[in-house]
Amino acid sequence: MSYIPISDQDKKEMLAAIGVKSIEELFNCIPESIRLKGLLNLPGSLSEAEILGYFKEKGNKNSYNRYLSFLGGGAYDHYIPTVVDYLSSRGEFISPYTPYQPEVSQGTLQTIFEFQTLICQLTDLDIANASLYDGATGAAEAVLMAQRIKNKKRLLVASNLNPQYRQVIYTYTKNLGLEVVEIPYDEMGRVDLKGLESAFNPETSVLLCQSPNFFGVIEDLKTLADLSHRHEALLAVVISEPISLGLLEAPGKLGADIVTGEAQSFGLPLSFGGPYLGFMASQKEFVRQLPGRIAGETIDVEGRRGFVLTLSTREQHIRREKATSNICTNQAHCALRATIYLETLGRQGLRKLAWLNLQKAAYALEQLLAIPGVSRKFSGPVFNEFVLEFPEPWKNLSQKLEDKGILGGLALGNDYRGLDNCALITVTEKHTRENIEAYGQALREVLK
Amino acid sequence: MYPANLYYTKDHEWLKVEGEEAVVGITDFAQQQLGDIIYAELPPAGKDLEAHQVLGSLESVKSVSDIYCPVSGEVLGVNSELSQAPDLINKDPYGQGWLVRLKLKDKAELDALMKAADYEKYLEGLEH
Repeated sequence: MSYIPISDQDKKEMLAAIGVKSIEELFNCIPESIRLKGLLNLPGSLSEAEILGYFKEKGNKNSYNRYLSFLGGGAYDHYIPTVVDYLSSRGEFISPYTPYQPEVSQGTLQTIFEFQTLICQLTDLDIANASLYDGATGAAEAVLMAQRIKNKKRLLVASNLNPQYRQVIYTYTKNLGLEVVEIPYDEMGRVDLKGLESAFNPETSVLLCQSPNFFGVIEDLKTLADLSHRHEALLAVVISEPISLGLLEAPGKLGADIVTGEAQSFGLPLSFGGPYLGFMASQKEFVRQLPGRIAGETIDVEGRRGFVLTLSTREQHIRREKATSNICTNQAHCALRATIYLETLGRQGLRKLAWLNLQKAAYALEQLLAIPGVSRKFSGPVFNEFVLEFPEPWKNLSQKLEDKGILGGLALGNDYRGLDNCALITVTEKHTRENIEAYGQALREVLK
Repeated sequence: MYPANLYYTKDHEWLKVEGEEAVVGITDFAQQQLGDIIYAELPPAGKDLEAHQVLGSLESVKSVSDIYCPVSGEVLGVNSELSQAPDLINKDPYGQGWLVRLKLKDKAELDALMKAADYEKYLEGLEH
């Protein structure tokens, strides 16, 4: 069957209506030399059974599940309770587009409102949006938001922010006449305070940092907030492993003005980097500069509680080129999954889960540090990720471990000078004691 | 509807001269066109504005409109009542609904503005 709804008859009528004889004539304003002649060079059609077989074969090439993995650095392998799949795939929630009309979409709008509420609770800030594409776009939107608030062109970005996030910030800011300055890290793996102090000037809008940062080290957000505020700049904090918020003090309480990040850890599987789930929260006074959609609570004509999109005048369909962002949508389905995940765990569950991550990572760190030649690269406190240094390039070790069925950690040498012998190792609640000990054993063998 | 002691612009702002200073607001016509105003975004005190530069914006339920500075000057202050009661702009556009107070830079710029009668004529032209 044809999936193209327009028939030959429709085409003829449409061409006749505009007085053109053929499709070729319609397109003859395009130079002959670059016009496509004939059909695209595509393989023939397949039956449904053949299509399923084709994708199954492709799918079987995914080898991740056959490895014992200690990869993280922005994408985390956490256990997803089955209730998340079950509830989020209910027919009422499944839609190719986010239905925002309050008349027909109270369920969707309520889950968005609940998602925002959860993000506010986790970050201890007043307002949150309905979600953004992912942590990287969240980071870029955060510096732009701070720039709109402060109206100054210098943006300080921690070099221990996820390198991919930094790339997206450069892409977003490249043609806006803004100045992005990277702040070095110290021997703890934290933002270097001396370097930071000297980077501030009266033209600075914001310091953007990540905690736990890309080296897994928890930043001293209180000090960074005080320093930023003393220089009349905002502090924007990126959280790429939000399970950490089950234990760590909320960034809003420590003085962060904007908190953004990646919520993939909340009930979303690993899948080639997406679709993931950006979030963003801020203080109420900045609400008109917050990008993205916001669902609000209200009452209908009969006085019943209901939910609608609100403060839309910040957005592109109304404010055009002066909108806070070109994002006019959200990751509603991913946000729904995160909402179900968090509401399933609850406050105590999230706290327990964070403890498990912390304790297992601490056990792994202890086990691996007992191996001759292995040392810690940074001395700062960590949550569920840490950087180790080895006596030889990680590239070699990583390959040898892979041959033993272990993905031992993320290489840092490509993004950071001088860290060729280092790897970022991530441990979650899914790792068992046996898994961790098996990694230790394998590492011992490949280092011999 | 259009007090004789004010100056007017084609963008529907009014300006009232008080010595070396001036108060700026939007006209009754403008507030009617915008509908219920829910938020006024105004400049910080101390900001230098050129004539025709965007001074701020007014947000109604379904639209946002820029406000332009009628003449050059430094912002001396803004109407702080508006953050709690932006509807003052609708209720009393020439009084309690004023927007900003400016220190005039060049009084000669006032010559380029309209008087009430000219503005009313201008509005008639818009309606036809």
